[in-house]
Amino acid sequence: MYTQKIETMTDTIEQANIEVDTTESILKIKSLNVHAGDNHILKNINLEIPKNKITVLLGPSGCGKTTLLKCINKLTDLYKELKVSGNIFIEQDDILNSSTNLPVLRQKMGLLSQRPFPLPVSIYKNVAYGLKLKGIRDNKLIDYSVEKHLRETGLWNEVKNRLHDPATSLSIGQQQRLCLARGLAVKPRIILADEPTSALDPTSSKIIENLFHDLKKHYTIILVTHVLRQAIRLADNVAFMYYGEIVEQGKPEKLFKDPETEKLRKYMLDGN
Amino acid sequence: MNKAKIIEEKVFRYLSGFATFSLIAMLAFIIVIIFVKGFNSLSLEMVFKTPKGGYYYGGEGGVLNAIIGSLYIALGATIISILIGMPAALYINVHLVRKKRTQNTIRYLLDALWGIPSIVYGAFGFTLMLYLGLNASLLAGIITVALLITPIVVRTFDEVLNTIPKGLHEAGLALGSTKSEMAFKIMFKQGFSGFITAVLLAFGRGIGDAASVLFTAGYTDLIPVNLDEPAATLPLAIFFQLGSPIPEVRERAFAAAAILTIIILVISISARAISKQFSKTNIK
Repeated sequence: MYTQKIETMTDTIEQANIEVDTTESILKIKSLNVHAGDNHILKNINLEIPKNKITVLLGPSGCGKTTLLKCINKLTDLYKELKVSGNIFIEQDDILNSSTNLPVLRQKMGLLSQRPFPLPVSIYKNVAYGLKLKGIRDNKLIDYSVEKHLRETGLWNEVKNRLHDPATSLSIGQQQRLCLARGLAVKPRIILADEPTSALDPTSSKIIENLFHDLKKHYTIILVTHVLRQAIRLADNVAFMYYGEIVEQGKPEKLFKDPETEKLRKYMLDGN
Repeated sequence: MNKAKIIEEKVFRYLSGFATFSLIAMLAFIIVIIFVKGFNSLSLEMVFKTPKGGYYYGGEGGVLNAIIGSLYIALGATIISILIGMPAALYINVHLVRKKRTQNTIRYLLDALWGIPSIVYGAFGFTLMLYLGLNASLLAGIITVALLITPIVVRTFDEVLNTIPKGLHEAGLALGSTKSEMAFKIMFKQGFSGFITAVLLAFGRGIGDAASVLFTAGYTDLIPVNLDEPAATLPLAIFFQLGSPIPEVRERAFAAAAILTIIILVISISARAISKQFSKTNIK
């Protein structure tokens, strides 16, 4: 039964015709440890994220996937209980220990949360927000960019006649795409997606997944999920996490076809 | 559901309903008493005229001086408390986010300040006034009432900011905002409707407090045109008139109380309307 399931999944991967190229990495995580009091949440994480690929952080709830994602753009700063050590290099800058301006480093990484958090302003201003932070004041340029990124996320036709309505007037699925457009507008190198489809209906989830397929031509995507099927559909590279450790990592066709650890094997069985 | 549970449910429902409606009845009772007792003296003259000679012995005039004085003091104090309270609340929620112990100590101290009786603020304001060489004046009244209402403003702003979802902080920072940009451009916007309620609370407390202005603002029949001039206030006008042996003057005290209540109700209703308008874009 187990072999059958693995074969089915492998077929799915092969059908997706994923080409994996991990030669060039955009992000390097070295000896990352996170403690919350006595709890060792992330244990000596070492990971390289390939450029213009979708890397999936897969694992059961509570294994530290979201914490790892939050370390990458140093949002762990908001959680007083978290003590973070190690290095995370984005290009030459170590985001954890860099003297470089943190907001500038964060703009290299767009964030998509589990639940969409549009800013409490209009649809237009949501997308324009990051541009204005970057010092862009030319209204024509902002208009152009707003339209471009709303088109990029497939939202333009749905909102073009109500750009100045509150962002909260959109459906949850639309809000998630708006958040993606808002993130893309600041021209990030990486998109950090923390279970971005977990609050969405299947149709909206599919739209987001299809967008990720298109977006990886220009962006590197790090996707946190506990849904095995989503990982299979999207991943070019997988890191399987379990209780704060990366237990296995590699190309999905190898990882899912021939898991080295019992933990991943069991997770795959439970996930199906 | 068994019978005991049904009875328990009904008893709880009626008790809680009784508590709620008795509060509303009490508010209605207060308003009715004030208006009934002050109705005969309530006139346009009372609202639009200052006291003439012998007003406090039943002579002609009104309490315009006290209305204007109260509005000046409450408005001035509210502006000062917002100017101090807003950055303080943002600092507690943005910059002290990793320093829980400091955050909690500040909150505890502010709660303690909130609980201090207003007469103590009045005494402190009086001491401060003497130290600064001020007379009993509009300025001294504004400063003292500002001291009284600032802890209310900070703690209420703080509570508003505290309810803002962490995801919104993260979204703001992830877009490349500095902490200050996130505070002023996102958190301020999200909390704005709540801030209006906080300001309303503070204004209501400021305009209605007698003890803090008793020693500091003085009292005059004139409308103050400078900050160093004394200012009458409605609570003191009520206080002075209510102690009068003349029934007509006591009636005017209730009329002044009715005016004060109307001012607070008007501000309350407009603030809620504004608050509703600004909460349309809020993230729930």
